[in-house]
Amino acid sequence: MAVRAQFENSNEVGVFSRLTNSYAIVAVGGSENFYSVFESELQDIIPICHATIAGTRIVGRLTVGNKNGLLVPTTTTDQELQHLRNTLPDSVKIQRIEERLSALGNVICCNDHVAIVHPDLERETEEIIADVLGVEVFRQTVADNVLTGSYMSLSNQGGIVHPKTSVRDQDELSSLLQVPLVAGSVNRGSAVVGAGMVVNDWLAITGLDTTATELSVIESVFRLGEMAPGGAGAGVHKESIVESFY
Amino acid sequence: MSMDLDAPVYMTGMQQDEPTIATILCCNCGAPIDGTTSAGALCNDCVRLTVDVSQGIQREAVIHSCRDCERWLQPPNSWVVANLESKELLAICLRKLTGLNKVRIIDASFIWTEPHSRRIKVKITIQQEAFEGTIVQQAFEVEYTVHNQQCTDCAKSFTHHAFRASVQVRQKVPHKRTFLYLEQLILKSGAHKDTLNIKEAKNGLDFYYAHRNQAEKMIDFLCSVAPCRYTKSSTLISSDTHSGTSSYKFSFSVEIIPICRDDLVSIPIKLARQIGNISPLAICHRVGTAVNIMDPQTLQTAEIPTGVYWRSPFNSLANVTELKEFIIMDIEPLGKSNGRYHLAEATVARASDLGSNDITYFTRTHLGAILHVGDSVLGYHLTDTNFNDPNFDAIEASSQYRDTIPDVILIKKHYARKKKPKSRAWRLRRMAREHEEEAMAAASAPTQSRKQDQEQQRLEADFEMFLRDVEEDQELRGTLDLYKNRNKVQPGGDDMMDEGSDSDDEVPKINMDELLDDFDELNVNDQ
Repeated sequence: MAVRAQFENSNEVGVFSRLTNSYAIVAVGGSENFYSVFESELQDIIPICHATIAGTRIVGRLTVGNKNGLLVPTTTTDQELQHLRNTLPDSVKIQRIEERLSALGNVICCNDHVAIVHPDLERETEEIIADVLGVEVFRQTVADNVLTGSYMSLSNQGGIVHPKTSVRDQDELSSLLQVPLVAGSVNRGSAVVGAGMVVNDWLAITGLDTTATELSVIESVFRLGEMAPGGAGAGVHKESIVESFY
Repeated sequence: MSMDLDAPVYMTGMQQDEPTIATILCCNCGAPIDGTTSAGALCNDCVRLTVDVSQGIQREAVIHSCRDCERWLQPPNSWVVANLESKELLAICLRKLTGLNKVRIIDASFIWTEPHSRRIKVKITIQQEAFEGTIVQQAFEVEYTVHNQQCTDCAKSFTHHAFRASVQVRQKVPHKRTFLYLEQLILKSGAHKDTLNIKEAKNGLDFYYAHRNQAEKMIDFLCSVAPCRYTKSSTLISSDTHSGTSSYKFSFSVEIIPICRDDLVSIPIKLARQIGNISPLAICHRVGTAVNIMDPQTLQTAEIPTGVYWRSPFNSLANVTELKEFIIMDIEPLGKSNGRYHLAEATVARASDLGSNDITYFTRTHLGAILHVGDSVLGYHLTDTNFNDPNFDAIEASSQYRDTIPDVILIKKHYARKKKPKSRAWRLRRMAREHEEEAMAAASAPTQSRKQDQEQQRLEADFEMFLRDVEEDQELRGTLDLYKNRNKVQPGGDDMMDEGSDSDDEVPKINMDELLDDFDELNVNDQ
């Protein structure tokens, strides 16, 4: 399912959180409202980690990860790294990367199988991404933007790209990723879909300004209605509830 | 190869029937649109609905117009003439709106409104960038309310005594020749530009000004062209004891020496001795910033500066209205000359005496160069005139000068003209003056019409005399602007000769080369 949330009056929830199929990282905020949205959806399913990266709250933009691993920039302190190791499941490999483009969330976009990365990323980084996250790495742009992580949001079910992406580019990306892609926006017309939302295989959290149209596009492309952490059939369940109203 | 000239061009705004593939849904309404060309993630309808580029622009405004002169106030304080629905008025209207400088104006036009409604409606089309690369065009109407506000000029004209300074120019002589000449000088030099009003008063003119320095400028001008003196007086209008400021109204009384060209003067004997021991009985042959006199019997000249004159003022003994016509019976040059004047001895007879008696007079004249036997000449007849002047009495009593008084003093050659003057090929510009007497007469009963007629006739006679002076005196003509008379049909030689008398061709004429084309009144239909 898809829910709307806000981090301290900001709609850019993808900046302040990172959501994967095996864990979630949420920035330390002034209040626990944002955290409690994650908690209400993910409690007892996957661990949710309260963390900072290099003392900042923009954890979503500085880190990148999937169910296999987590990459953090070189500015991450030892203490923060230790905290992440303690909180995240043991199966998740955590790796610190020496990379000039240190906002890893902006330059890398990945699901559990493929990653689309900034064309200027270093070769070593590319190798580390492939090793730690267990993905195939492609250097690509999204609608002529090099910041693939900002302008693309990806899960194992589907992906959403910058609204100005042409049909040809969508087809090309889609053939690389082997998932259906759609162009769209979040937060009432914002093009930064990567920063405006977080998504895994069964849950999407978007900014509070996201319109119903945008939410329906997100739900359909990420197939959030039919997928659920407990298994398939959530949609069926909902149908039966609706039937009982009559 | 074929050139596909007739390929349809699709407007990107109409997504209903276009073949391009819709890639995104409008984030507002869910309509499928092409994301690569749309504005952000909004469809065109939603952009139009949600974006108001005319937000900061007022829809109602007030403009001011003056009820009397129908001019419009252009802030801060200028008043411009503009018709309804004119370009100028549109400019004033647009300038009135705040916030319009931040957008681009594509079009602006008036929507017709009833003029009595005191409302002006303007339709304005503007463009502004709404998102990155999206330009929104919007049209809206602005309603202006026309309020009345009296402009400063009208306020001044409706207020009595709006002037702050007045210049009263006076010359106490029985004719208006000096003022006619002065009028031409003022017109030529444009000295009347600052005047609020010019009024004709007895023996002179009144000039009214808004500021004292304008009046002083006029006085400087008068002192540079005429022999005059002035006195200044001021009236306190108001004073503020707190700030120590006070406002005054100034009056300058300018008096021009009452001696004109061709006047006969008798100078006080003491003054005559001071200025070169000239004969005290002389004629004034020129008036500049000083009075120049000449003794016609010796051709001796002298200048009486203004200051010297006012120390011992005197009046003219006789003026041009008292000139009599004489006929030259005999003339013999004496060989003495002074400039254009040549001394001659002449025997003359009164023109009116011809045929009745044989009285002739012997005199010396300065007009030896232009007079011939049989010519008609104008002069003062001293023997049959009783002068009532203390200076002349002093001359008659003086043993030195008693015997030098001639019988006749000749002044100028007389050209026989027809009674009614022909229309001339040239004309002078006149100044718009308000006749105080006319204004008064308009208010009072028409009983004074006879007196007015006489006044009018005298004015016309003075003007005719001035025009003749202009024709006869080249030196005088050089200081004036003469204009071609456009209403006059240029006469061919023949018909002129037919109806004109034989003496008419002697009359001096003005060469057409000296005349100016009058461009000021080309569009004024005064006939």
